[in-house]
Amino acid sequence: MSQFAINLIFVIGSFTLYTGIAIWARARSTREFYIAGGNVHPTVNGMATAADWLSAASFISVAGLISVGYVNSSFIMGWTGGYVLLATLLAPYLRRFGTYTVPDFVGKRYVSRSARVVAVVCLIVISLTYVIGQMTGAGVAFARFLEVSSDVGLIISACVVFAYAVLGGMKGVTYTQVAQYVVLILAFTTPAIYLSLMMTGHFLPQSGLFGTHAESGLPLLQKLDEVVRDLGFRDYTADVSNKWNMFLFTLTLMVGTAGLPHIIIRFFTVPDIRDARRSAGWALVFIALFYTTVPALAGMSRLNLLETVYPHGTTQPALAYDERPDWFENWEKTGLLRWDDKNGDGRIQFYNDANADFAAGTAAERGWAGNELTVNNDILVLALPEIANMPMWVIGLMAAGGVAAALSTASGLLLAISSAVSHDLLKNTLMPNLSDEREMLFARLSMVGAIVIATWLGLNPPGFAAQTVALAFGMAAATLFPTITLGIFVKRINSKGAIAGMLAGAVTTVGYIFMYLGWFFIPGTNNFPNTPEFWVLGISPLSVGVIGAVVNFTVAALVSLATETPSQAVQDMVRRVRYPTPAPVATAGATR
Amino acid sequence: MATEINERDEAYWRHNVRLIVFCLSVWALVSYGFGMLLRPLLMGISVGGADIGFWFAQQGSILTFVALVFFYAMQMNALDQKFGMEE
Repeated sequence: MSQFAINLIFVIGSFTLYTGIAIWARARSTREFYIAGGNVHPTVNGMATAADWLSAASFISVAGLISVGYVNSSFIMGWTGGYVLLATLLAPYLRRFGTYTVPDFVGKRYVSRSARVVAVVCLIVISLTYVIGQMTGAGVAFARFLEVSSDVGLIISACVVFAYAVLGGMKGVTYTQVAQYVVLILAFTTPAIYLSLMMTGHFLPQSGLFGTHAESGLPLLQKLDEVVRDLGFRDYTADVSNKWNMFLFTLTLMVGTAGLPHIIIRFFTVPDIRDARRSAGWALVFIALFYTTVPALAGMSRLNLLETVYPHGTTQPALAYDERPDWFENWEKTGLLRWDDKNGDGRIQFYNDANADFAAGTAAERGWAGNELTVNNDILVLALPEIANMPMWVIGLMAAGGVAAALSTASGLLLAISSAVSHDLLKNTLMPNLSDEREMLFARLSMVGAIVIATWLGLNPPGFAAQTVALAFGMAAATLFPTITLGIFVKRINSKGAIAGMLAGAVTTVGYIFMYLGWFFIPGTNNFPNTPEFWVLGISPLSVGVIGAVVNFTVAALVSLATETPSQAVQDMVRRVRYPTPAPVATAGATR
Repeated sequence: MATEINERDEAYWRHNVRLIVFCLSVWALVSYGFGMLLRPLLMGISVGGADIGFWFAQQGSILTFVALVFFYAMQMNALDQKFGMEE
């Protein structure tokens, strides 16, 4: 059977499974549509949260990012550490409060339509930026594995999401996400286990990374350091001199993670506060399984690639182009690998020619005229099954896994967007008399609208689509996270403070990003070049979210102190969220 | 509103806040401390071909996060039971 046929079987098989779940998990009430009826088992929700979280980019690109070396550990710590904040500062209280959406909490806690609408706008900016990357990611996964154009792949994916998200709402999304997690984690760990066994003899990639490199008998990381050093790159494990930005960037990713609405709403689906706490733990277990595999895969793939190019060691001549392996040839066709014989010796010299000392020294002595191999980092994951000679079904599984990662995150985001539109904008702002049946209809229509818009934007990605990390994480850190935590932990914060805080946080973050990356990301409209010497206090625009969060906290506190104390009803509502004894006035007394 | 209930509530909340402060201190120590800012000081301790700071940045911090979240959940769930908190 051809590889194409195998990939097709895997992808069609997984799609059939998702559609089957969609038919089984139809939503019959708004409660089912928004929060899956509120009776999802904490472990099941943990698994769904992990699928919600692990995106197309995590699946295809993060290992490549991490393979650069220690400095990019920010991504691994940031995208897991946020769950500690979520588990201790947000999820349990929000579950106890018992709302359907994130703006719903903001609107009720601050008793303000304006606060609710500001929260909806922030949510839409965050989630829409994020979802475009998922739609294009689904298209890319299709194009890589299934010989269709990425546009066709994107439209097919949108149709599948349409089936289970419109029919099932959160209920359909939850159970398909569970299936998608299983597919994606098998697809990601199977090749990593193969590679780890091949290179270190360890079954677990996590222990293989800190194990011994079978071929040289040296510790794997030591061997990797030596090999990259021999080629003029920085040591893989080398420390970074400027920790300031690494610190801010990691903190922005963590705080942003905790403030992402599509993750927060997952915790509304479990039965009670105790389950919300447990569920956060399970979510992190399933996420950690992925994110501890990533650095192992990154280190081993990088070493493996360099060993392929220098089969007899870095001091010996590089691989002759004519002797390159089949996978190398295959990936050259996609443009992800490019060879340019600069010194005309027919061999593939791969080294760091940006390192001037190395270029003038070793490289010149060996007659090298520049780096000859351009590698797109995605190749570390995508080409892995072929590099490690894995059976054909592993490639099929990876095709299904990449698509699953994209779809699961896309559907979570689309749900966050559509429920904010139907529940917060329509039901709670514009049409307060909407009946449950009518609201359900509007919820489905909002989902259709969100899918159509996301698909269109995926086909015609605007400039900001590439800025998921800066815009989505920065905004989530600077707007929703502070406003929600203050709402729970500080009774004195009132609606004026919350609104002023959100706006100040958003303006600081987005304004700072635009100053360096261009206004609305239009090239050439930036005020300053995006280089460290122009950054205020050395803060990179990617790390500014946490500064926006500090601005939000400060402004919210100052404005609240200068204006009225929240009413007794609001204070009782906060009591009810915090304390074991039910407060005399329940949330019912203070709607809107 | 009876003051007696208030005191009990306050005790519960203080306990919760203390627990959060503890969890977030450990959270910051393993990631920003051991994995990042204190790494140069810990260079002498090696773990499988690298230093312990590198291990914390790439693996140790994540494992600690998982343990922290379950620790917090178990402590709070036990506290809820002690205080008879019902949904």
